[in-house]
Amino acid sequence: MHPAPSILLFTTLSGAGYGLLAVWSLAGLAGIVPATPMAGALGLGPALVLVTAGLLASTFHLGRPERAWRAVGQWRTSWLSREGLAALATYPPALLLAGLWVLGGRAAAPPALLAAVGAATTVACTGQIYATLKPIPRWHQPLTTPVYLALALAAGAQLALLLAALLGPVPAPLGGLVLLTLPLAWGLKLLWWRAGDGADPIASADAAIGLPGRGPVRLVEPPHTASNYLLDEMGYRVARRHAAKLRRLALLFGLALPWGLAAVGLALGGALLVVAALVGTLGLALGLAIERWLFFAEARHTVTLWYGEPAV
Amino acid sequence: MTALPDPPPTRRLGLVIDLDTCVGCQACVVACKEWNGGGHPAPLSDLDPYGARASGTWLNRVHGFEVGEGAAGRTVYFPRSCLHCENAACVTVCPTGASFKRAEDGIVLVDADKCIGCGLCAWACPYGARELDRPTGVMKKCTLCVDRIHDPRLPEAEREPACVATCPARARHFGDLADPTSAVSRLVAERGGVDLLPELGYRPTNKYLPPRPGWRLAETGAALADAPAEGGFLGWLDRLLGG
Repeated sequence: MHPAPSILLFTTLSGAGYGLLAVWSLAGLAGIVPATPMAGALGLGPALVLVTAGLLASTFHLGRPERAWRAVGQWRTSWLSREGLAALATYPPALLLAGLWVLGGRAAAPPALLAAVGAATTVACTGQIYATLKPIPRWHQPLTTPVYLALALAAGAQLALLLAALLGPVPAPLGGLVLLTLPLAWGLKLLWWRAGDGADPIASADAAIGLPGRGPVRLVEPPHTASNYLLDEMGYRVARRHAAKLRRLALLFGLALPWGLAAVGLALGGALLVVAALVGTLGLALGLAIERWLFFAEARHTVTLWYGEPAV
Repeated sequence: MTALPDPPPTRRLGLVIDLDTCVGCQACVVACKEWNGGGHPAPLSDLDPYGARASGTWLNRVHGFEVGEGAAGRTVYFPRSCLHCENAACVTVCPTGASFKRAEDGIVLVDADKCIGCGLCAWACPYGARELDRPTGVMKKCTLCVDRIHDPRLPEAEREPACVATCPARARHFGDLADPTSAVSRLVAERGGVDLLPELGYRPTNKYLPPRPGWRLAETGAALADAPAEGGFLGWLDRLLGG
């Protein structure tokens, strides 16, 4: 599958933004981060900027972006529609929470809970869009949505650590959350990779042309000489050679680096923690970018069966 | 509305494609582009049409395969277009309602005025039946020539999809596959017509007829062996040349 930059930006930026929104809202509600205007602006501001930037990036993927408003109409059947609705529904409580927190100096419970639930629902819908696509076996597995949720939570926790470090001494639960969610999220991702690598093919070329069991099938006359939309979009196969190396890099930058820096930084505290959390955040961003690129580049679609792929 | 029609359509219009007689001439591909480039799904844009990397939007494609090996091997031309599935995931994933399945005849269509070009339906189709028309930014697919098969101004014999009307090998047939007495349903029953990838659960309407067990090179090979020595002048010449 073609890793379109607009979708990579959307899922990584919005994922991290919704993660931060959920973590900061609940941390404010629990009194883990202070209910001061400064803390509200420093946490919810970046969360809403990331979420909004990601959503805007997603419209660049559309052939007709001016019609994007139509996408919320079919929530009864479409996960993409549900994702759009959940994203829109998260704004009112998030903005209300931000308003009360920044202007009134209190993290009100109803909007904080609704913002956290809205953030989790939106990310879960994103995961479900991919998890329900049967023609792409690597995506169509039960762990796809949990991986999206866990990576968004880990990114949100990492950002919360950085922002809390800017405010002063980091509360222990936030540090613990980073040290816990990073290995959890990447552990799920490892399981997801393993499941995708070990899965049996769901279809073969002979069955795709309705002639199973009649011997090997070879494409001798492709239907067109140049590429087309199907091959550009679903026959993308650049990264597979480097997949193993890229996975190790994703784990190095996305897990080992931020986890190690967070552990050391939390022990040392002060300005060193700010630097450690900043470098860790940049590492996680790079790790997530690699992970999301591989998510698309490694995925194969059944349409390639008619273009020379023996099995998918 | 992107929910599938409930109850399911009582008519299931579709194609039956004969892999025995298709000769891969691409006439159906061209006829489809010609009719639909000016019909319901117009335009079907081309990119760099006169250049070395000419590509574009087509609703019907013919792939040429070799199947089997040695004497059992044969060439199979495989026309690929929308199968108008009963369980059409391309319809239910659509966030706008642009993609829909008609309750009256089961045809799956795209409303080009509502499509936002997100491409999710193309990902959801296992058969590669949908192509995004990049210059216009909306999804295109086979309409079963809906603007032709139901047009009362056309003579009844011409109310069939352009690909079927043009096929010189009579490899394409059109009809109601929900009606067991229709010509296409009888053809499917007679020839053992199959669904593509039925285990995936999309319940395609279109059926494919497998090649008949037929002519084999091995069985008729004797005809190609050297003729026995003859008498007369040719026999003398044969002997003279050391045959």
